[in-house]
Amino acid sequence: MIALDDLDRQLVLALARDARQSASALGKRFGLSQPATWRRIRRLEEAGVLAGRRLRLDAERLGFGVTVFLGIKLARKGGVSLEDFERAVSAIPEVQTVEHVLGLYDYRLRVVARDLPDFERVLRRRIMTLPGAGEVEANVLLSEERLPGPIGDIR
Amino acid sequence: MLDDMDRRLLRYWQAEPSLSPGELADRCGMSSGKAARRLARMEETGVVQGVAAVVNWAALGYAVEVSLRVTLDKTQSTAFDSFLAEARRVPEVIEVQTFLGRVDVRLSVIARDMAHYQEIYRRRILSLPHIADIEALMHVARIKAEETLPL
Repeated sequence: MIALDDLDRQLVLALARDARQSASALGKRFGLSQPATWRRIRRLEEAGVLAGRRLRLDAERLGFGVTVFLGIKLARKGGVSLEDFERAVSAIPEVQTVEHVLGLYDYRLRVVARDLPDFERVLRRRIMTLPGAGEVEANVLLSEERLPGPIGDIR
Repeated sequence: MLDDMDRRLLRYWQAEPSLSPGELADRCGMSSGKAARRLARMEETGVVQGVAAVVNWAALGYAVEVSLRVTLDKTQSTAFDSFLAEARRVPEVIEVQTFLGRVDVRLSVIARDMAHYQEIYRRRILSLPHIADIEALMHVARIKAEETLPL
């Protein structure tokens, strides 16, 4: 596993906030040369620590006023394959994330919709009709924050 | 307001967030000047909030991720605020969400292994204020993770 020093940690934090900063701008900020910064970023990417980028959009301004998390339990009796369920659920455009979990539910979905009637349409027409879908619990997202995580604890 | 061209730019960009503005313009069949103006406007108005690097905690040795679904004791008027303030101070909490529904708050907690998780759960999570009930969902796999909008 990759070992990080202080500068690596600062680079990870800085890029998690804004991935478009150039190696020279980051280098200037942390007292490194542009090539040295670039090499460090490269190494973090190769180790899989920096795993791509995500475009952050304001869902509400784009007309998606509702985000709902669904817990889904599979109805075991039919003997449906997990692969079939996963393929079908991942193909729904309104379903943003699908996580396979252990516990009260089998899957956890993040679903966006324009408003509550639109969400109801997605739920009834697309999710309840999935092969093997059983009990469903819905929680409407009110607020969300992402935190930097234990990056300071990585040695 | 956004038009079809703006949406097209965002569609391509969210599918490939590493594209440069020039590459993005090419994909959309737009001149780079036109694309740049549209992108700049969408950043100014806050439609585009930025581009973030995705940190893969598993590559840093954090193999365990647990979703903790918390119900709070709402008879305490300050329950939400004081719970959230304390939860933010736990370094292994990487996401905090509040809900309308059966669950009040969800915390995403990461740990190196199960023993480490047990320690965080007992020492840091169970000591958070105003918890009425708590349920854990253990992450097995991410099937879809891009979190794109159906533009």
